Amino acid sequence: MSSGVTAARSRDLRRGVVRDALGIAVASGAYAISFGAISTAAGLSLLQTCALSVLMFTGASQFALVGVVGAGGGVWAGAVAAVLLGSRNALYGLRLSSLLDVVGWRRIAAAQLVIDETTAMAIARDDPRLSRFAFWSTGLALFTLWNTGTLIGALAAHVVSNPKTFGLDAAPPAAFLALLAPRLRAREPLAVAIAAAVVAIAVLPFVPAGVPLLIVACLVAAYGALR
Amino acid sequence: MIWTGILAASLACYGLKLAGLSLPQRWLTDVRVQKIVPLIPIALLASLVATQTFSTGRHLVLDVRAAALAVAIVAVLLRAPFLVVVAAGAATAALLRLI
Repeated sequence: MSSGVTAARSRDLRRGVVRDALGIAVASGAYAISFGAISTAAGLSLLQTCALSVLMFTGASQFALVGVVGAGGGVWAGAVAAVLLGSRNALYGLRLSSLLDVVGWRRIAAAQLVIDETTAMAIARDDPRLSRFAFWSTGLALFTLWNTGTLIGALAAHVVSNPKTFGLDAAPPAAFLALLAPRLRAREPLAVAIAAAVVAIAVLPFVPAGVPLLIVACLVAAYGALR
Repeated sequence: MIWTGILAASLACYGLKLAGLSLPQRWLTDVRVQKIVPLIPIALLASLVATQTFSTGRHLVLDVRAAALAVAIVAVLLRAPFLVVVAAGAATAALLRLI
């Protein structure tokens, strides 16, 4: 009897996880459509845009790379910004490694799915088995819809001859803002964000494109280490 | 050229994810790592918002993108979903160019 109750409860919990995972994946798919469109407007080919979603698979980094390229900053400046933004995934991986307990090829596959959403879903569960289930179901659903959304966005933007007509050049800042907003719930992050924006604008006329981001990254690292 | 950048950045991003899963746990308790890493996306995203709104190449400019950002900020304050924020920004720029 009690084992039956436990099994039923565990099934309910898993069902809840799948529902949440699908919700997150659908929202991300919509967000991927804007990525596909922005990337195409920035001048990347269909294949390059889709390759980014398959191989990089971390939203903020992808937006940063195509955003910098679209603004004329060159692919290497964009690549450095993307990698810096991807550094937080290493911290997520550290947090997830004992929870997931994956070795061999499973770790190779799991690594690609270590992003904001899967980490949030996995660490929100009390039971390690449910954590693992949440990680994999969110990761696989998101990976599928993220890449589908990217393809749709890229194909849609290909039929637009001048991206500026649809305001697509104004889309990346709005996208970065939407990514930033949830991180600004306390006073210190807000102060860091404002200071970073001011520094980036202040140095921009005097250094090559992309370098303002590096200066800001160095300054914030120094601030983090010293405070 | 652009392919090399895409592949190198993707590989590095994957390497960071894999390193997280593979490094010893004591890295997680390292105070400097805990203090610095969460601040980096905040600072970089804020810099990207500012530079992509107020510049073209190395020139500071004030154009319809500033109005687009203002509308996007309002959308964020109203807790609009991601796609609505992006669409509101883009639509503002498109409409102002029509006028």
